[in-house]
Amino acid sequence: MGEVREITFVEALNEALMQEMERDPNVIVMGEDVGVYGGIFGVTKGLLQKFGPDRVIDTPISEAGFIGAAVGAAAAGLRPVVELMFVDFFGVCMDQIYNQAAKMRYMFGGKIKIPVTIRTTIGGGLSAAAQHSQVLYSIFAHVPGLKVVVPSTPYDAKGLLITAIRDDNPKIFFEHKLLYGVRGPVPKEPYTIPFGVADVKMEGSDVTVVAVAYMVHEALKAANELKKEGISVEVIDPRTLVPFDKEAVIKSVKKTGRLVVVDEDYDRCGFASWVAAIVADECFGYLDAPIKRVTTPTVPIPFSPVLEKEILPNAEKIIKAVKEVVRKA
Amino acid sequence: MLPPEKLLDMYYKMVLIRAFEDKVHELFAQGKIPGFVHLYAGEEAVAVGVISNLKKGDYITSTHRGHGHCIAMGVDIKGMMAELFGRKTGTCKGKGGSMHIADFEVGMLGANGIVGAGGPLAVGAALALKYKGTDNVVVCFAGDGAQNQGAILESLNLAAIWKLPVIFVVEDNQYAISLRSLTPSKLQPRTSTARSVAERAVGFGIPSVTVDGQDVLAVYEAAKAAVERARRGEGPSLLDCKTYRYYGHFEGDPMVYRSVEEIEEWRKRDPILLFKQRLIRDGIATEELLEDIRRRAVKEVEDAVEFAERSPYPEPSEAYTDVFTDPYY
Repeated sequence: MGEVREITFVEALNEALMQEMERDPNVIVMGEDVGVYGGIFGVTKGLLQKFGPDRVIDTPISEAGFIGAAVGAAAAGLRPVVELMFVDFFGVCMDQIYNQAAKMRYMFGGKIKIPVTIRTTIGGGLSAAAQHSQVLYSIFAHVPGLKVVVPSTPYDAKGLLITAIRDDNPKIFFEHKLLYGVRGPVPKEPYTIPFGVADVKMEGSDVTVVAVAYMVHEALKAANELKKEGISVEVIDPRTLVPFDKEAVIKSVKKTGRLVVVDEDYDRCGFASWVAAIVADECFGYLDAPIKRVTTPTVPIPFSPVLEKEILPNAEKIIKAVKEVVRKA
Repeated sequence: MLPPEKLLDMYYKMVLIRAFEDKVHELFAQGKIPGFVHLYAGEEAVAVGVISNLKKGDYITSTHRGHGHCIAMGVDIKGMMAELFGRKTGTCKGKGGSMHIADFEVGMLGANGIVGAGGPLAVGAALALKYKGTDNVVVCFAGDGAQNQGAILESLNLAAIWKLPVIFVVEDNQYAISLRSLTPSKLQPRTSTARSVAERAVGFGIPSVTVDGQDVLAVYEAAKAAVERARRGEGPSLLDCKTYRYYGHFEGDPMVYRSVEEIEEWRKRDPILLFKQRLIRDGIATEELLEDIRRRAVKEVEDAVEFAERSPYPEPSEAYTDVFTDPYY
């Protein structure tokens, strides 16, 4: 694959945007502070200088307007990548996402395509409080017509973003704020990672742990700790929630007989519950213990670090959950 | 003065819309059409007057009351009728229905079940056209009720700051469902204290004009100026067209908010009647010729109904296709 360097998650995303904009003149970038500022977390740094204001559009703070405009531009043949600064802001523009972008192809009888990519940031851990800390990907996965991408490493970030940009459907691309500074090996050349293919981050035989985004790292931390105590954990990162690599999870559960799903989203009606339901439906007979979910309780994300730590999932809570299911065997 | 063929084509489109809507009204009452239907009868001069200025490559975004826009854009009425009947041969394979007819081939980017939601889509389509360097334009149709939606106000702002080729056409049919619109003479305003939408547009830096929406030639001329301005790259305009809908907000609306006398009063200035008188007065057509055109339109609508009734329903398995460009998951 040519040269591979250690770069950060932010740099990997930036490189994906640079390379796709070079490859395809129909790719444009729009959003709040994506131009002069380079994106509030630096993801779009240097794009304005390189591609100019026609392709890198600083928008007013007007999400319904510009997210919808990205959808309209996609309908008219462009391939926009539009940034929603924090996923928490979806409330002011959700109609354009879930009623327009997501449903147009279906409502119009499959004759059109809407190749728009909506990038957004997610996640707690920064004391950003109730309106800047949520993950909410379950809401988007719940709605038909949106592909939901949740990378956890710089390598996945670049490859999945390139796949997203080239995909002909609406995608929501979730970037966890705690991952931006994470470093990892990333090939210099452009590459794609297919949607719907999970990555087995660590092989194990006692318990399957499914996690996405930042929680993959917490799950790995937990797995390494548990290894010292003789508990072998298999960590699976689905990488996309829609499409979802059901087979990979089922295959692993059939081997381990136990499942813990780690999900930073609110517990109620969330991603973790859905994965648990699939496994209960499709391989109940293989389970040696009840399925455990490590999630964020359904309360607004509190500000005080003490309170925030209380509710967010972490390695410690994962270890506890794993031990419980192992004990029950 | 427009050439006679053009004038007669405009007349034909107006009577075709009327014949279509009157027939749908009748069929709905007979229980032959499922769902929610919003009829355009009475507002024909707006759709036809505006759309007669468009050329290949131009787009429109439409509303829940979209049949008139579809017909004026040249969407096949057989497909439209079959769509209303929920048949396989419908414009959208029976998946959209009355509120979601789209035909990108002719530039119709979609009717819309969400009031005001077409605004951002129109802005985005115009952004794409401008980016591609064409002189094509986008017309955003929206009712008086939609003018107080954030999505429309944000769209006006974005189109103005980006100098996009959008013509915002306000179809002020006097009622936002049951509430009187912005400029009720001698009545307390119920939906805005602005004196008019046209006046409000000025605040966005958008030139605007109030138009007699019953007079197709007045609409044509106002739209011509706005479309030419947009083609020259001079940015958006707004036309505030005063018109009236004869049927309820939706089929089945008991219309407790207005009187029969009021409807009769508006019918005296029926857009088709006014245009007919004008064509005869100017020696463009005889009463007989216009009657022939009307009969032809009625016959076409009858043929469309027959086509729809003869058409099969979609296979149940069709429910699972067209969610994405790739197979369902």
